[in-house]
Amino acid sequence: MLPNRLTPGSFAGYPPEARQLAIQQIALLQRLPLAFLPLLLRELIVYDWKFPAERADLGRQFTYLGTMAAGPFQTAMSAFAQLKLARELEQTDWVHSPAIFSEQLSAHLWATHQIDAFRAAAVDYVQKVSASAPDPALPTHRLGIAVIGQGVAKNDYRLFRKLRPQGVYFTQVKHTGGVALLLKAAAARADAHPVPYGHWYIDGGASLAVPKSITRISYNALSGPRATLQDRMQKTYEAAVFDPEAFRTMLAQIKPEEAGLNSGGDEVLNRFQLSLLTEGSGTQVFSTTFVQWAAREALRRGQPLTLFTRFAPRQREKQMNELLAEQQRKPELDPQGSLIDADMGAYYTWLNQQRLPGEEKSAFLAWFEDHDEAVAIAPTLERGKRSDTPIDLADLIARIA
Amino acid sequence: MPLADLKARKPHDISQAISLSRRNFLRTVTGAGSAAAFFGPARLRGMAVPKNRKAVVVTFGGGARDDETFMADGQENIPHLLKELVPQATFLTNVVNKGILGHYVATASMVTGVYETFNNFAAVSPNNPTVFEYFRKDLKRPATDAWVVAPSNGFARIGESANKQYGPGLGAGVILPKRLLSAALSSASDGARYQHLLRDNYETPLYAPSLAGRQIELDQMAAVLKLSVDDFAAHARNLVSPDELSVYIAKQLMRQLSPSLLWITLHDIDIAHSGTFSLYVDGIKRTDRLCAELWQAIQKDPEYADKTTMYILPDFGRDSDIDSGGNGFQHHRTGDAISRTTWMMVLGPDVKQNVVVDRRVESTDLIPTLGAYFGFDARLSTGKPIAEVA
Repeated sequence: MLPNRLTPGSFAGYPPEARQLAIQQIALLQRLPLAFLPLLLRELIVYDWKFPAERADLGRQFTYLGTMAAGPFQTAMSAFAQLKLARELEQTDWVHSPAIFSEQLSAHLWATHQIDAFRAAAVDYVQKVSASAPDPALPTHRLGIAVIGQGVAKNDYRLFRKLRPQGVYFTQVKHTGGVALLLKAAAARADAHPVPYGHWYIDGGASLAVPKSITRISYNALSGPRATLQDRMQKTYEAAVFDPEAFRTMLAQIKPEEAGLNSGGDEVLNRFQLSLLTEGSGTQVFSTTFVQWAAREALRRGQPLTLFTRFAPRQREKQMNELLAEQQRKPELDPQGSLIDADMGAYYTWLNQQRLPGEEKSAFLAWFEDHDEAVAIAPTLERGKRSDTPIDLADLIARIA
Repeated sequence: MPLADLKARKPHDISQAISLSRRNFLRTVTGAGSAAAFFGPARLRGMAVPKNRKAVVVTFGGGARDDETFMADGQENIPHLLKELVPQATFLTNVVNKGILGHYVATASMVTGVYETFNNFAAVSPNNPTVFEYFRKDLKRPATDAWVVAPSNGFARIGESANKQYGPGLGAGVILPKRLLSAALSSASDGARYQHLLRDNYETPLYAPSLAGRQIELDQMAAVLKLSVDDFAAHARNLVSPDELSVYIAKQLMRQLSPSLLWITLHDIDIAHSGTFSLYVDGIKRTDRLCAELWQAIQKDPEYADKTTMYILPDFGRDSDIDSGGNGFQHHRTGDAISRTTWMMVLGPDVKQNVVVDRRVESTDLIPTLGAYFGFDARLSTGKPIAEVA
């Protein structure tokens, strides 16, 4: 089917809010090229479970596309329209399974050497959408906090090597009660600027108590859903014949309640947590990967004002079937390797925070838990500096929060 | 390079800047000169090709970035490359892979000299003739003279193509060490001791393709490599990774058969797909060490010393930290310039030492280069011989 054959009935299988929005925008959807539309529908079909920032972003795209005159519209879509697609792609059920279409489209673009053209078109489109409307003013600047190295007594790895050039590297941080006071600073921001999904706490182990104004997820709290998924993955792993596409489809179609996520809870957050486990690579078995990927996705999708991440030791590298059997044994931990993972994870979290609007005012703190090393990055702090002067962690966070 | 600088630059510019930085570093450390200054591109034209030449190709796999290798923070991970091999090598700083960035299809593209377009996860032969077929057919070499040691079951068909003029019977023998070990352990009671050597694939860890190729089986291994199953299993017990197993088998091949063309695909680095940076770096350090071990083995073996050229190159890079479409080192999915741009190191008796070649070449140029070296015609390859090392 081609986009111009869409009718309101095409969206009968969509969740309520997504269906309403699709029908409202159907005249626009019918005009979009096939290499573009399913990618937009991939976002739209899960509209009911999107964070406020994502809904606003989708709204901005519809406004951008819907208010363009015919000439500029054609120009904006021409790069996508010129891509040569296989006939099989037209025949897939891209209305109801846009994610599967996206994967098939991606494979086709790579195989036909059109991926670079597609990539250029996508980058150009995103830039133009962003430029089409000013970013709304933030109630306060963004703050990221990364706590790394839990359980490491001695370390020889040169920490914060990628973050140091961006701010001040402190070597004499007095840190009594460090985690608690940093969480308290995050909670204070959540109280002062109450925004839905605006303040997050992600823990690679068991989470600590925080006010309800903070969105909280943790690796340990998801042990049930992870066990369910690990069990399914294990069965697939042991099967005589394995179809990777069918496996990905199976993962994509799992519902939160099937994975053991509480149906009475926050449905938006449940869907988000499930996506971390079904779409992330390594998130099911390595807690450091889980925290880094969760932080990336929280920043990309939720665009929080405050993000507190705490990395914990991950299990040691094993054969995949052993990693998947984590629940059946007491996994051996790798604190030193986890510290190195988390050091890079903290850098990636800062990078992803800097990709969000308001980056010129954003602040970031990375601290080696229970040790006296930290890096602070903020517009008020010099870049590439080192401070050997003793400083309280409480004072440090107060300066940038 | 500050982030602020990168944000305003295009991927190509970033790639160029990194390449420049790497070149500058290499010249500083090794005192290497530019090939263009004293090395004519037609140096070997008209020369007779010695019959006893050998070549060993090692893919520095699967996928390593400049950030963790030749850039400032990465140099601590590759001491053997930097201190032992680069001073003896001609180093090409700008090797571009324009094809699909999946390990099997990318390796197949390197092996054929054509950007193959099949599904990376399909158990299929390359569409175009492989270097092994050109080598064996043109030079009338026996089956024992060309071998591939490959990391996973997905590489079972890498040895010969589906091309009707070449294909079955003209390719290389393929050894999948993990499959052999798995078979050797099938009746053993202590299989758990070896599990760390048996992971098949990091990119899709659940993928286990059906095997269909000319890979040798366990009983053949005993005959071909003169290695008993017990000895093989006993030695494997002391190894820490699948790539160590591959290098062990490669050395065994060199000792027993002395093939003239040996292709070794290393893969430990691809653990990066799990998102664990420390394991990815461990893989790079191990690969660095194994490359040096292979070169040392070549120098110590009378069948190889002074007549062997070794080519070391990654199949491709990994996504940059800067591209928001990816997740940095974890994958190679964006197709950005960083993930496509790598390097190649060439060492051997006919190769200039401590020389850096700056000009851009493609990964598909390797096979025509081997053709010039051995004297076969890679007639269907789209690449061109790299004159500086051909």
